[in-house]
Amino acid sequence: MTGFQKTAGNGRQGARGGEEIRIGFYVCHCGMNIASLVDVAAVAKEAAKLPNVVVSREYKYMCSDPGQEFIMQDIRENRLNRIVVAACSPNLHEATFRGAVARGGINPYLFQMVNIREHGSWVHTDAAAATQKAIDQVRAAVARVAKHRVLERRRMEVNPSVLVVGGGIAGITAALNLADAGKKVYLVEREPTIGGHMAKYDKTFPTLDCAACILTPKMSAVREHPNITLWTYSEVVKVDGHVGKFHVTVKRKPRYIDEETCVGCLECISACVFKAPKFEDEFNEGLGKRKPIYIPFPQAVPPLVTIDPETCLKFKTGKCKSPCETVCDRKAVDFTQTERFEEIDVGAVIVATGFKAFDVTRLPIYGYGLYDNVYTALEVERMVTSSGPTGGEITLRDGRVPKSIGIIHCVGSRDKKTNRWCSRVCCMYSLKLAHLLREHTGADVYQFYIDMRCPGKGYDEFYERMLDEGVQMIRGRAAEVTDWTMSPEEEGKLVVRVEDTLAAYVRRIPVDMVVLSTGMEPAAGAEEIRRMFNISCSTEGFFLEKHPKLAPVETATAGVFIAGCCQGPKDIPDTVGQAGAAAAQALALIDKGYVEMEPNTSYIDADDCSGCKSCIPLCPYKAIAFDEASKKAVINEALCTGCGTCVASCPSGSISQNLFEDDQIFSEIEEVLSHV
Amino acid sequence: MDTTTRHIKYQADCDPTFAPAIKSIPGCEKLDSCIQCGTCSGICPLSIYMDMPPRRIMNLVRYGFKREVMNSNTVWLCSACYACTVECPRQIKVTDVMYALKQMAIKERLYPKRFPMVVLANQFYKMVRHRGRMNEIHLVTRLYLLTNWLKLLEMARLGIELIRRGRFSVKPDNIERIGELHAILDYEKHYPEKEAPAK
Amino acid sequence: MKRRYTYFPGCSILGTGRACEESTRAVFAELGVELDDLDDWNCCGATAYMSVDEHKALALAARNLALADTRECAELTTPCSGCYLVLNKTQRYMEEYPRVGDKVKCALKDAGLNYTGRVRVRHMLDILVHDIGLDEVRKHVKRPLKNAKIAPYYGCQTVRPYLDFDHQHYPMTIDRLAEALGATPTHFPLKTRCCGGSQMGTLPNVAQRLCYAILREARRQGANLILSVCPLCHFNLDSYQPDIKSRFGEDVSITTMYYTQLVGLAFGMDPETLGLHRNMTWDGSWLEREILAGAPA
Repeated sequence: MTGFQKTAGNGRQGARGGEEIRIGFYVCHCGMNIASLVDVAAVAKEAAKLPNVVVSREYKYMCSDPGQEFIMQDIRENRLNRIVVAACSPNLHEATFRGAVARGGINPYLFQMVNIREHGSWVHTDAAAATQKAIDQVRAAVARVAKHRVLERRRMEVNPSVLVVGGGIAGITAALNLADAGKKVYLVEREPTIGGHMAKYDKTFPTLDCAACILTPKMSAVREHPNITLWTYSEVVKVDGHVGKFHVTVKRKPRYIDEETCVGCLECISACVFKAPKFEDEFNEGLGKRKPIYIPFPQAVPPLVTIDPETCLKFKTGKCKSPCETVCDRKAVDFTQTERFEEIDVGAVIVATGFKAFDVTRLPIYGYGLYDNVYTALEVERMVTSSGPTGGEITLRDGRVPKSIGIIHCVGSRDKKTNRWCSRVCCMYSLKLAHLLREHTGADVYQFYIDMRCPGKGYDEFYERMLDEGVQMIRGRAAEVTDWTMSPEEEGKLVVRVEDTLAAYVRRIPVDMVVLSTGMEPAAGAEEIRRMFNISCSTEGFFLEKHPKLAPVETATAGVFIAGCCQGPKDIPDTVGQAGAAAAQALALIDKGYVEMEPNTSYIDADDCSGCKSCIPLCPYKAIAFDEASKKAVINEALCTGCGTCVASCPSGSISQNLFEDDQIFSEIEEVLSHV
Repeated sequence: MDTTTRHIKYQADCDPTFAPAIKSIPGCEKLDSCIQCGTCSGICPLSIYMDMPPRRIMNLVRYGFKREVMNSNTVWLCSACYACTVECPRQIKVTDVMYALKQMAIKERLYPKRFPMVVLANQFYKMVRHRGRMNEIHLVTRLYLLTNWLKLLEMARLGIELIRRGRFSVKPDNIERIGELHAILDYEKHYPEKEAPAK
Repeated sequence: MKRRYTYFPGCSILGTGRACEESTRAVFAELGVELDDLDDWNCCGATAYMSVDEHKALALAARNLALADTRECAELTTPCSGCYLVLNKTQRYMEEYPRVGDKVKCALKDAGLNYTGRVRVRHMLDILVHDIGLDEVRKHVKRPLKNAKIAPYYGCQTVRPYLDFDHQHYPMTIDRLAEALGATPTHFPLKTRCCGGSQMGTLPNVAQRLCYAILREARRQGANLILSVCPLCHFNLDSYQPDIKSRFGEDVSITTMYYTQLVGLAFGMDPETLGLHRNMTWDGSWLEREILAGAPA
């Protein structure tokens, strides 16, 4: 390891209070990442000539233990009071080096990092120019760091409660994990019951476990748990605050049923003036009907009835004898209910809002809506389950039992015209539906697929099982579903036209029933929810994780975690895994008890503030308030994240930002331009 | 008697310039992203007559099997109905690939002799270049004379019906400013060579 | 307010498509629309030119667009779906592929024509149903065609790949037009399936089977009339019914019309004016029996 050392010398130029500035400079080879293009020896040599630089070194891996040792040792031995490191991106190692500086005995904010990798060797091809650029960057940083001041991180207490948004299997798992750890959990779900999509499934792949049998005990556990406050038929409407201290407003929609007194005996439903159910049943995907007063399914949690004001006569016409009210011996029906708002304080939030199925009307070539006997996969799930609207009987809309069924994969997935991504679960659930449909009807089942994606534990074995069971696999994306027939065998059926690429024939396959394996999309209202919690999304609209490999359940917003299909399509095992991970992250945050806030916050010089209020509406974090008494703007340091918007906007220049002071920035600019 | 044939393909059988040449023609850029799903063949009303369905052609073009593609009748059966282009989940303009292959086949004379669609295209081309407009009767007559003149007899019934109904126009139609059209069509001659095909 | 459009006839209009133009001009004149013929128009190139050379194909069609540019009217229309597609595609490719488009623009400029791409290419069905509007059409209907059950056939070039006035997979424009004329449109799953186009001349066994499927399905759906919007589709469906019968052994005879012929009939116009006598499947007495029976005069 080579290096240049200065003994005494020109460490004369003081910054504040006549302090002598003594700078240690380090440039990293980063293996070959930087050194292959930038002449790091030359950079170190030039840096040694700069004012106030006492030590100038180059090393292969500055972030390693020996590298950090150099910094700490040099601080002690050479009485350094400023450090500059030229290496990779601060995103990666600023924290590492600040830690080393602190362990060396000086304030970690007397440190500046220069990026000569992502801004240098990785993006340029001309070695001489890249080296000169690195030298310019270093000169700027050395000038800047002389003007750094001591700053301290703030500690904020963390509220030990957690909010879980979304009551599907992800939300339920996370809530139970946290509650079992002794934390208070608020679980908010916008449907009248928790359970999410999993409550709609019959059996799950590849084990063919009954979904309800494994889910309902968890749902009951949520209801029984003393640490969980369950608010169903409720939505988050406002979020203020930041990690450790979120202030959330939840809207509780009126069920018109007193939640405390209703026991779910369902007498009111029988008593309803509508003798037969007449309205579209959302839970049963429109296959069944419900009355205006209803419970989504018998095992709903909470076991409460709900009245839908859109269809209830009492609300639509004002005239109804309301036998539901009279028959209830607990006097639980209450038409005067209004929406209420609850405000809660929590330290962390887990967003688990799930997905919605692709809207098949966007692919009219498959005939959904045009032809009666085209179904979506969710509709078939409801048909095949014994507690569904048909009692487990597979009957077509005209009453027949199908003798041949075609299952079309990739509907609304892997398709640039609709959704580009692969929805990950459809191959497996299509195989599962094939098995269940054959079991119920003995029909011939055809699978029309592009690839068969079976990556999980036991998944490929399940595929083999389906092959053994005689499900017919046709490798070809179904081109169209039509009722145009060309031969007697096709009369009265739906014809799927497809190229069987493996058999190398274009085939027309007549079937009684077509099932469309729809893909997953972000849930309805995902856009609004993520804006409230400041979560980014990727181009598909799924919530963006902090790092695709190393931080799949964190988001760029501290204290807000995501889990399950809201982050991207996945099956139940992965969803439960992510929910556990998010709960663990939230637990780590809460059990630590505090968060340390970076000190790069903005501050206002009250003498210069003219009270013009320009800054207040610009703050995205609502951290600036107007003090009526002094007629000046005041920044709440706890809410400030250091975005710099107010600093740039202030017409009187009275707002400054720690770590981004004017003199620091101007010195950088001057030095960068000095050789031009 | 041993009438078996060996079908293996060696790398030397692949022409590495084929795919780049096709991809350089407008509309054919995204050829590489084909996932061989078969939607194009499935929706094509003429794929059942082709000796190689459109999907297979896309793969053969991608990997340089020029001779095999040019020997097949696929592109000459394509009626350019655009169903494949509209349905392709990768939004590949399959119809434009078919056109590009037709252009290459005609330029390099790699089509079966007297194949009717080729003759039609060539005759149409010449006629429009000569007069600026196309006359159906002339075109059809030339087509059959050059491919199978017995067809003219078969078409007699139709021809008589058309005459009876006043739809049989033998007068060739010319545009006035044919010189202008020639100047536009021949402009390429004054242009430098077409750029090298994209890799 | 008199509507005006620049009119591109297309080559088939002069020969086999004569009735298409006769009925188009008659109907649009009745509706007060002025069609200004594009002066010295040339063939659009159809599918043949693009099969030979893409530069020349674009240049050929672009000359027409450049000629239309010199007109005041900003909209160019044509009764032929094939020409509609080619002109539309040319306009788009001139912008999307500047490598070829710029050369063509230079070629046009060299010949004294300035190409701006400002002209909008419209299908005449679109103009009839959306610009003029079905309410206006209904006003002119003197003979509601109550007994007409219509299989609406759009063909491929109308709807693919650039359809901007209807649904690409299950369009309903002709259906709504038929209803406005008092007729009943049937469900027709083959409404956008290719008829074979120019393959009818080169590979008749192939194209005839495509037409066989269309005719057969129309009858199966209970239609007594097929309406088409493209002169070539109309020719194919109209002229080969006896050949199809002998080739496939099934009688699929059904009356076919170009859409403006039916509109003209509903307007009370004389069949000769509409060129109906030029259709192969025309039968004057059939009209009396099937379509007009029971309808007010």
